[in-house]
Amino acid sequence: MAIVSARGGRPWTFYVLAAIFVGYVAFLYGPMLCIYVLSFQGPQGGLTFPMRGAGLHWFNQLLSQGDTGDLIGAISRSLPLAVLVMAITVIVSFAAGMAFRARFPGSNWLFYLVVASLVAPGYVLGIGIGLMFQLLGWNTDWYTSALGAQLSWTLPFGLLIMFAVFGRYDRAYEEAARDLGAFPVQTLRLVVVPMLLPGVIAVALFGFTLSYDEFARTLQTVGSSNTVPIEIWSMTQNVTTPSIYALGTLTTALSFVVIGVSLGTIALIQRRRVGMKSL
Amino acid sequence: MSASATLVAAVGRRRERSWSLSSLLLALPLAAVLVCFVVAPLISVVAVSVFRYDNFAVIPGFTLENYASVLSSRLTLSLYLTMIRLAAITWAVTLVLGFCVAYFLVFHVRSKLIAIGLFLACTVPFWTSNIIRMISWLPLLGRQGIINQALLTTGVIHQPLGFLLYSDFSVIVSYVHLFTIFMIVPIFNAMSRIDPALFEASRDAGASRWQTMRLVVLPLSKSGIVLGSVFVITLVMGDFYVVKVMSGGSLASVVSAMVDDISTLLFPHAAASAVILLVVLTLLVAGIMRLVDIRRELVAER
Repeated sequence: MAIVSARGGRPWTFYVLAAIFVGYVAFLYGPMLCIYVLSFQGPQGGLTFPMRGAGLHWFNQLLSQGDTGDLIGAISRSLPLAVLVMAITVIVSFAAGMAFRARFPGSNWLFYLVVASLVAPGYVLGIGIGLMFQLLGWNTDWYTSALGAQLSWTLPFGLLIMFAVFGRYDRAYEEAARDLGAFPVQTLRLVVVPMLLPGVIAVALFGFTLSYDEFARTLQTVGSSNTVPIEIWSMTQNVTTPSIYALGTLTTALSFVVIGVSLGTIALIQRRRVGMKSL
Repeated sequence: MSASATLVAAVGRRRERSWSLSSLLLALPLAAVLVCFVVAPLISVVAVSVFRYDNFAVIPGFTLENYASVLSSRLTLSLYLTMIRLAAITWAVTLVLGFCVAYFLVFHVRSKLIAIGLFLACTVPFWTSNIIRMISWLPLLGRQGIINQALLTTGVIHQPLGFLLYSDFSVIVSYVHLFTIFMIVPIFNAMSRIDPALFEASRDAGASRWQTMRLVVLPLSKSGIVLGSVFVITLVMGDFYVVKVMSGGSLASVVSAMVDDISTLLFPHAAASAVILLVVLTLLVAGIMRLVDIRRELVAER
């Protein structure tokens, strides 16, 4: 698929674009690496280089409640919320992905609604949900209003991924299962879900990480107790020590663990499949 | 028509109807969540935008004063002009960068496995916190930041550059940093579907590489470019925290003005401003979407 020049070598555009690509990746990761490094400074540390001392001082500071309101509490809300959002996103967008394989009454409307919730400004949706709860006389809380607000962000992404997944999937397998006498539930459990598992894991990854890092929609809907991104936001407003970098390092490390596990699982499944085919 | 053909047609019709019924049921949970947490909230915003307010209390009623106040304010116009400027620059930069990155990954990387690995390298930061990625520019761009230190020690400049941080520049750098991935993914998708044989056909027909790019690749990537543009423009227009932190308070966006309204409990005023922003964005997105049939591009129907 790669382009070759007339003499069979790489054309000059390859080198230009490769340089742009490398530059982009450096631009993407460079600043993040800086704050990870700066978070491991000693007590005299500042917000910029050079490093002043080394150690875990700012992580201690962070966890001993020196600079934040209630970080442990925020984590103990953010994690269950992310798991909940992930589970709902997987189930609901999988079902909707199957639904969109056929035209059904209202399918156009639903599609435009999905696009609308994707492009509507997050903060505006957040105010809307906050106002709706106020008008109904309900209290906003992380497991009600913030959960709904985050779903309005993760479900469209989940559905877009399911579109891509079903786009490469051949429905004949389902028909074959049915012709062999499988019930619809068996077809789903034994044929459709195993075949689409890598895509489903990708949806779960999006559901978890987008919820765990969601900020704009959550700000007005979380109620009285914060999630981690809102804790970080309040730190950007009033903390001028490297403990904010320490929080960045900590929360990014957690994201990397989740990303690593998800991508590793997908790679494992794919490798097994290749292995089976070669048998 | 023979009897058996009629039977086949009838069975086909019935199967089609049962497909569409089960589709309806499967789509119901998604529809329910979006009606409760997108449609109903937006209706609430419209409702509150015509309420009165007085000394921090919101009073149900009907008035267009909030709209009159938002629309007649010079501040509104300047906020929109700022955001249109930032969105236009960010759009242009992310489009060029996203197109180059996607083109490199799809057409220049020979091994598919390596292409996927490099693509994931671009995607991973998207799964981490936006706010952390934004503040990670602070140690680079500040007066004592790495860039100024490097330029001073090498003697390129003698005074630290002030425009790097807390300026239009730092805001746009953060936008590009956060949002280019929204350009790369749709363009990458569109390009992946281009048949490589078209390159050969184009060359055989006597086209130069530049002509192939302009007449073959560009039109076939159009759907990705349109989708990416919708994402980037709406994300910038809806932003409030990048503009607030990275401009050091010297710039305000349409939404950050709303945040200030809300913090002083001026809910109806913020709601009216929200409705106006939604109308502007809807017109904009509808205009851009006319260029391609997005549903046909995304959904595989059989």
